[in-house]
Amino acid sequence: MSGPDRTTAGGAPLLEMHGIVKTFPGVRALDGVDLDVRAGEVHCLLGQNGAGKSTLIKVLAGAHQPDAGRITWRGEEVRLASPQAAMGLGIATIYQELDLVSGLTVADNIFLGREQSRFGITRPAVANRAAAELLARLGHPEIRPTAEVGSLPAASQQMVSIARALSQDAKLIVMDEPSAVLDNEEVERLFAVVRDLTAHDVAVVYISHRLEEIRQIGDRITVLKDGSTVATGLPACETETREVITLMTGRTIEYVFPERRSEVARDEAPLLEVEGLGLRGSFGDVSFVVRPGEILGLAGLVGAGRSEILETVFGARRATTGTVRVGGKKLRNGDVGSTVAAGVGLAPEERKSQALLLGDSVYRNISISSLARFARAGFLARGAERTAAQELTRSLDVRPADVDREVRTLSGGNQQKVVLARWLLRNCRVLLLDEPTRGVDVGARSEIYALVRDLADRGVAVVVVSSEIPEVLGLADRVLVIADGAVVAEERADALDEHRVLDLVMEGTAHRGTPVVTMQHEGDVA
Amino acid sequence: MSAAPAGTGRDAGKGPGFMSGPVGRNLGLVVALVILCVVGLITAGDRFADVDNVLTILRGASIVGVVSIGMTFVIIGGGIDLSVGAIAALSSVWATTLATQQLAEDVHWIVMVFTALAVGAGAGLVNGVVIAYGKLAAFIATLAMLTAARGLAEIIANRRTQIVRDSAFLDFFSGDVLGVPTLVIIFALVAIAGWILLNRTTFGRRTFAVGGNAEAARLAGIRVQRHTVKLYVLSGLTCGIAAVMIMGRTTTGSSTHGTLWELEAIAAVVIGGTLLIGGRGTIVGTVLGVIIFFTLGNVFTLNDLSSSAQAVARGVIIVVAVLLQQRLATGSFTFRRPGEGPAGGGLVHGSPAGAVSGGTSDPGGPGGARPGTSPT
Repeated sequence: MSGPDRTTAGGAPLLEMHGIVKTFPGVRALDGVDLDVRAGEVHCLLGQNGAGKSTLIKVLAGAHQPDAGRITWRGEEVRLASPQAAMGLGIATIYQELDLVSGLTVADNIFLGREQSRFGITRPAVANRAAAELLARLGHPEIRPTAEVGSLPAASQQMVSIARALSQDAKLIVMDEPSAVLDNEEVERLFAVVRDLTAHDVAVVYISHRLEEIRQIGDRITVLKDGSTVATGLPACETETREVITLMTGRTIEYVFPERRSEVARDEAPLLEVEGLGLRGSFGDVSFVVRPGEILGLAGLVGAGRSEILETVFGARRATTGTVRVGGKKLRNGDVGSTVAAGVGLAPEERKSQALLLGDSVYRNISISSLARFARAGFLARGAERTAAQELTRSLDVRPADVDREVRTLSGGNQQKVVLARWLLRNCRVLLLDEPTRGVDVGARSEIYALVRDLADRGVAVVVVSSEIPEVLGLADRVLVIADGAVVAEERADALDEHRVLDLVMEGTAHRGTPVVTMQHEGDVA
Repeated sequence: MSAAPAGTGRDAGKGPGFMSGPVGRNLGLVVALVILCVVGLITAGDRFADVDNVLTILRGASIVGVVSIGMTFVIIGGGIDLSVGAIAALSSVWATTLATQQLAEDVHWIVMVFTALAVGAGAGLVNGVVIAYGKLAAFIATLAMLTAARGLAEIIANRRTQIVRDSAFLDFFSGDVLGVPTLVIIFALVAIAGWILLNRTTFGRRTFAVGGNAEAARLAGIRVQRHTVKLYVLSGLTCGIAAVMIMGRTTTGSSTHGTLWELEAIAAVVIGGTLLIGGRGTIVGTVLGVIIFFTLGNVFTLNDLSSSAQAVARGVIIVVAVLLQQRLATGSFTFRRPGEGPAGGGLVHGSPAGAVSGGTSDPGGPGGARPGTSPT
């Protein structure tokens, strides 16, 4: 796979999809999509949110039936009438939200539905042995077959999913944003697994928002836009990023960051003051201030403690040490209610599970933190509530504009705008953004960036956490570099570049040694 | 209809149109009730259509109906209350002890009413605190209350049935206004108050939020634990009201009152289209659910069918009703093939409850802020 010409990778066409059409009431999700995958290649599927990727892979997994179109598998026309039928052919899908049973063991999960048994009696020893073999083949012998899946980190859970696909003798594995939950090192190991799979003639359909990954792992690219294929079979190495983005968006911009305001007034009183904040086992002695109109970025690798810092500042976790002040007033430790009352808002990392009421309408999601404003003696003035939400969705350009729509039906970028609208309505003075563009497509990203900058210009103090270092550097005025739960550097954003940040992270990690132990010690002292 | 795709992630809730909305779902219940009435008319004729008979149905439905309103809030808020019958029994006994009745005689019978309400709300408070701050599963906590409250009622009553002596009390609660029994009026008032509370107040909105996604509600600044306590207090309060009603109807306070109310109330709520996982539900649906449940019993009784047959039929109707609800919700009456997933596209989108229980990074888990929080 390391040869210079990867475009010829793989051989015979394994899967061909022609003119796939899938309509849902009111939406034409797929409008004539073509996809061809060869055995032993990594085929990257690109497209913005709402381009139809998810629908397409569900058709491929047998979970959706296409309204029109032809699917051929190894030259024969097939119908994927059910997930079982797709699996029977050798198509396995690893969904973004992993579909593992967390209370069962690794081996149980791998053989779920096809348990190793004799006369109805399960044979755990056989299953465990087979599971261990599969995991060893994937280069992850450290995952014990008897471990409970729920206790494993996300990366290991993903390996379990892949092992399950292998155990079904999959010839084609669809991976939906597998890297979203992994850090850099884990992504490297995943890639090693993927390369090994393709060397054994297994084809992989790889979906990711991170374009640089595709260049690393992909053989060919298919780009979807608005439910149609706009390009197929592009060589992954030679196609320029710019060209891919143009295909996806119809625009020629990568990341457009809004211009920074000339200078944040240094003498202005800080709005958010964090002093000596620590959370046992996670991070320690974090101090920073954010002034009105300033955007502070927290950069670092996954697991460095960035999200935990935000959640602790917000009161969603109870700090073991330190204080948080907003506008000079100390916040109650571990009390979200009073933090919100003080004018702090959090857009959490896991939008769907931590921020949104998915089955509720857009306007209810926006007003949920400001209900008191629309209530007299507990009674809601729903007209005013809807109007206020409507004004916000209009000014933030949330699409579709209908505020009665279930928030579940919105794309990632628009869902994020709804979360931001919630805190705008609350008139919050401090905004904490955790991975503000996760699951947000390239086009909508610049809108989110512009929105955040606009808020800062209106005097809000913003803290941004992102695993994409260019995002932090492009958006923030000032950056804290976090490594292993500690601040290792503080710099103006324009004085840093990605390499410098990574160097700082590496140095910090090296110096601090085993941080968890250190911090437990600090916690005990406090 | 059959051509409409079963619910998918993209269109769940919005997609299949009218019948999936709350109005459409309640319309389905109305149709069911009408069919039931037609069956009643055919099999029992005039005896069914009689005004007195209709009032009998409503009078029977009203007591459990009041409990069901409280239950609706608890279930929308993501919980369950198995202790409603036991709490009502305890309230009825406490409100009819010699001491309480003596006080009522000296002051006014309203004392008995307040006693029942206070006992109900108090028991609900215990439920709520144990669930919200003790972090016990609602199922377990209220199961414990079910046995404990009934036991306490037996102790207080010494296993005897206590007669209500105050005739003004009995006159009031067994009377009627313009031909409508007081009990039915109370049910109507509680239902209207419940509807307003659920649909027009911040309390109602927060109830949906807490039940729909507790973690999101917490991070939106809602005090989830406090709200949970309020929900169980509300449920206990409706048990107190029901206790007063059954005292008026039977002229007694007894530790055997309210047996199996929890089942009837939960069944009514579920028939009414409220999701057991929380986050969704309507008061109108619950009211229709209760009435359907009791009309069915009435039709059986009029046709001289045994109460055992009735019990079987009730079981069947619960299953049928919920199956129909699901079909209506997805706009399709066909049984879905495995793999197409339930409404909401189970394959990819977790249910709200699933989203709460899985994958959040907060160590305290859903349910939220820490008990005994103090500033450092």
